[in-house]
Amino acid sequence: MALNKLTLREASDKLAAKEISSVELTQSCLDQIEKHDKNINAFVTVDTEKALAAAKAADARIAAGNAAPMTGIPIAHKDIFNTADMRTTCSSRMLENFVPPFDATITTNLREAGAVILGKANMDEFAMGSSTESSHFGASINPWDTERTPGGSSGGSSAAVAANMAICATGTDTGGSIRQPAAFTNLTGMKPTYGRCSRFGIIAFASSLDQAGPMARSAEDAAMLLSVMASYDRNDSTSINAPVPDYTQALTGEVKGLKIGIPSEYFGEGLDDEVRAAVEAAQAQYQSMGAELVPISMPNSNYAIPTYYIIAPAEASSNLARYDGVKYGYRCDDPRDIRDLYFRSRSEGFGEEVKRRIMLGTYVLSSGYYDAYYRKAQKARRLISNEFKEAFEKVDVILTPTTPSTAFKFGEKDDPIQMYLSDIYTINGNLSGLPGISVPCGFDGKGLPIGLQLIGKALDEETLLRSADAYQRETDWHTRRVDLG
Amino acid sequence: MSVTKETVQHVANLARLEFNEEETERFTEQISRITDLMDELGKLPTEGVLPMSHAVDMAIPQREDVVTNGDTREAMLANAPEAENGHFRVPKVIE
Repeated sequence: MALNKLTLREASDKLAAKEISSVELTQSCLDQIEKHDKNINAFVTVDTEKALAAAKAADARIAAGNAAPMTGIPIAHKDIFNTADMRTTCSSRMLENFVPPFDATITTNLREAGAVILGKANMDEFAMGSSTESSHFGASINPWDTERTPGGSSGGSSAAVAANMAICATGTDTGGSIRQPAAFTNLTGMKPTYGRCSRFGIIAFASSLDQAGPMARSAEDAAMLLSVMASYDRNDSTSINAPVPDYTQALTGEVKGLKIGIPSEYFGEGLDDEVRAAVEAAQAQYQSMGAELVPISMPNSNYAIPTYYIIAPAEASSNLARYDGVKYGYRCDDPRDIRDLYFRSRSEGFGEEVKRRIMLGTYVLSSGYYDAYYRKAQKARRLISNEFKEAFEKVDVILTPTTPSTAFKFGEKDDPIQMYLSDIYTINGNLSGLPGISVPCGFDGKGLPIGLQLIGKALDEETLLRSADAYQRETDWHTRRVDLG
Repeated sequence: MSVTKETVQHVANLARLEFNEEETERFTEQISRITDLMDELGKLPTEGVLPMSHAVDMAIPQREDVVTNGDTREAMLANAPEAENGHFRVPKVIE
C-alpha cells in the first residue's frame, strides 16, 4: 500500500520497526499534495522544506530510541492553530499575511511529540460555516465527490486526510466542525470535553464552545492523536486540570453491558432515510455485540439551533472586535481618519458569513435585546445541559446520526438558515461541553459516507473511543478509501 | 420581532462595519429571518433557571500577579500594518 494511505497506527509501527522512514512517509504525502491539491484545495499553506526538516529530525529521534507514537507522522494542521514559523490565516483576508509570534499549545504538543506539520489546512473563515465555502481561499473539495463539500469548518482537514495527503489532522469544533466533516468524508473525528484540549493560541470564534480535537482514519488513530493534543494548560483559564490518560489503553474491544441511549428527537423529521437506515443498522450491530439500547427522550434538544445561533455569534462579535486594522491583520488603503480605518479595514477584511455573525452577535447583545435573546439563550443552554445530565444517569453513551444528510453540493445551501440546520445533531454537545465522536457507519446510494455520533459524559472520552473502536473491529466502513489515482 | 433597516444600520455602526444599500437590504432580510428562528426560544419556559455561561463547573484559576510574557515588543509589532519608533501608527486622532 502507498505510504500516504497508511493509518496512523500502521505508520507508527512501521516507523518504530524502521521498515520506513519519516522522510519517505512525509514525501509520499507531499507528492500526493503536489499531484492533487490544485483540485482538492485542502491546504492554505504547504511548507515542503520545513516538513522534510521535521521528518529528518523525527528519523534521528527514532534512531536514537526516544520516539513517541506520533513521532514522524505527517499531519495537516487546521489553519486556526497558531504556528510561529508559518502564517496562520483562519482562511480570512483579515489574517492573510499573519505570522503568529507564538505557537498554540496544541502546536507545541505536536512538535514535542515529533509530529511533522505538512502545512495549514483550509477551513471556513474564522471557523464560521459548514462547507468551507466561506474560506477566503476558495472551498475545499470532497474527494468522494468533487461536486460536494467536505464539510466544515474543518473541511480542509477532512479533505486532506480523505484525499490521502496526510495521515491524520487537527480540527476544531464549535457546533460540529470536526464531527460533520468527518461524517462527510468517512473519517473518525472527535470533539473532546470542553477544556480537555488547550485553546491557547487557537484563534477564537466562540470561546465557551470552541474545542480542538483529532480527525483520523480510525478510532485507534484518533485515540493516539488525542493523547498528544490533550493537556492541562496554565495559559488557558478554561483548561481542565486533570491527568490525561493514554487513550489507546481504553480500546479493549468490549461493549458488553454498555447502555446506549437512543433519543427519539434525533430521529424525527428532516433526517434522510438512508442516513436513518445506516444509523439504525449500527444500533443493531451494537446490540449484537452485547450493548443494550435504551430509548430516551430529550425534548429540549429542539431548542439547540436558536440557542447556539444566539450564543455563538454573541461571543464571536466580541472576539472579532480585536480586528481593527491597528495591531495586526488587514488594513484598508489610505484611511481618511481613525474611524474610516476601523470601518473599512473590518468591512473589506471580513467575508460575508463573518459579517453576518458579527451583526447577529452585536444585535443580540445590544441594549434592549440582551435579556430577550442572550440571557434567554444562556438559560436554555442550562436546560439542554441538564437534560444530558439526566440522560447520563440512565445510559453510558448516546447514539445519534452525526448529520441529517450526507455531503451536500456546493451552493446547495446558499440560504444561511439551511446551512445552520446542518449542525442540528452536533450543536448540543458543544452547548453542554460534552465529548462526541463521529464514526463511519455506511454509504448512501450515491456512494457518499454516512456517520454516526456517540456523545459521552464529561471527561469520558475513553468510553467513546472504546465504543467506536469496538464497532470498527466488527465493521469495515472506516477502511474504505478514495483512490484519486 | 422583525428587524428594520434602521436597526441594521445602527447595529452595523456598533460593530464598526459599513454596508451599501444592497447589502443593508440583504442583511435586514436575513437577520429578520434568523431572529424569527431565535424567537422559537420564547416557547421554552425558563423562569427561575440560572443562566449558563460556561460548559464546565470549575473555579476560576488564580496565579501570582507577575509579568510572564514581557519584553516582546518587536514580536508584537512584527505584524503591525504600520509601526514607527516602537509604536503602532494610526491616522491622527487629536487635532
